[in-house]
Amino acid sequence: MHIVYPAVVAALLFSVGVYGVLARRNAILVLMSVELMLNAVNLNLVAFDVWLGDALRGGQVLTLFVIVIAAAEVGLGLAIVLLVFRNRQTVQIDALRDLADRDAEPAERPEQVSTEIS
Amino acid sequence: MTPADVVFLFLGAVTLGSAVLVVTTRQLVHAALWLVVTFGALAASYLLLTAEFVAWVQVLIYVGAVVVLLLFGIMLTRAPIGRSEGLDSANRPVAIAVAAATAALLVTVVVAGFREAYVELGDPPAGTSGQMGASIFRTWVLPFEVLSLLLLAALIGAIVLSRREIQPPGESSDERPTERPTGPGRG
Amino acid sequence: MDGYFGSYLVVALLAGLGVAVVGGAFTAGRLLRAQRPTPEKLITYECGVDPVGEGWAQSYVRYYVFAYLYVVFAVDAVFLFPWATVFAAPGYGAVTLVEMFVFLGIIAVGLLYAWKKGVLTWV
Repeated sequence: MHIVYPAVVAALLFSVGVYGVLARRNAILVLMSVELMLNAVNLNLVAFDVWLGDALRGGQVLTLFVIVIAAAEVGLGLAIVLLVFRNRQTVQIDALRDLADRDAEPAERPEQVSTEIS
Repeated sequence: MTPADVVFLFLGAVTLGSAVLVVTTRQLVHAALWLVVTFGALAASYLLLTAEFVAWVQVLIYVGAVVVLLLFGIMLTRAPIGRSEGLDSANRPVAIAVAAATAALLVTVVVAGFREAYVELGDPPAGTSGQMGASIFRTWVLPFEVLSLLLLAALIGAIVLSRREIQPPGESSDERPTERPTGPGRG
Repeated sequence: MDGYFGSYLVVALLAGLGVAVVGGAFTAGRLLRAQRPTPEKLITYECGVDPVGEGWAQSYVRYYVFAYLYVVFAVDAVFLFPWATVFAAPGYGAVTLVEMFVFLGIIAVGLLYAWKKGVLTWV
């Protein structure tokens, strides 16, 4: 099989993920797009590992590790999203601007509970 | 064009089509379900590339576990059932431009670099579970053990972050459940 | 039907057959059934009374931790498969056995933490 096919599919899948991360407002959809990007990388790793015939199978083992890391990442990411939802009742990421660096007077914030950092 | 090429192009089209639907659909739950199609088609691609262990891990972890987790997230943030407006932010044109530029760059580089690369798939397969076990437990043992620490940290982090209950949006945020931990471990 | 692709071709044919049977049954049902939609038929069925509230009412973040525990242990089960194929082979032996149990032991600390924090109790 021509190795350029999986490589092109992975490149396009990564671009779709980039679009999703930049264009979506819902934090969970952003996490899904990050998963798409990680999967594009995995497809590349597997395809080039098979092409090279790596004796240590580094590409496929790294793919397994990336899958595990992605599972850990999405779990923690969703826990953070749920914490944000608990404090703000929203998961729209462009509504979360408290850390923005702006010069003007502080805009009135929605009645927001004191995020008790325990 | 070998049969493997044809099948792979079909699977790639399925992958890309469902991925585009994931990032454009107006229903949150449908995005998670299209993600299942994307991951499934990718798993079939791995099978075609004879990396069968990775393919089944993809099915077990991504289709079986990660999507469930994402659906839990959708459920716990009380996403509206059905169409919801405003899932796309205002910088959508910029996002399209950036994604198109990324795609153009990557595809150009990849095609220029690997136009001639060809691999004969088939027997012996490149990644059965026996081969993967041999290379994990012979060569990649230390990263494998470090992964357990990563999973432990992620698990404890998720427990710490989500110990108190989510309140429904309408209720006042003052009287929260007072189940506060007392141990020194809450960081 | 020998070799790698031959054996997976059987799997693909079987999966296609399954999809065809289920899809055929649903299509036949769609063609044969009587169709008289009324608004009442679209309401969620709750033992005959009208549904109260919305469907997300019983979702608590506690369930998220259960789901994440499932994910973590699915991940570590994945590594048991390649381990099971090699640990008895010559050249691996006790070291590989111990390596796996170190891995499982570290993750079990997380389960212990969850248990100590009372995450696992059902309320």
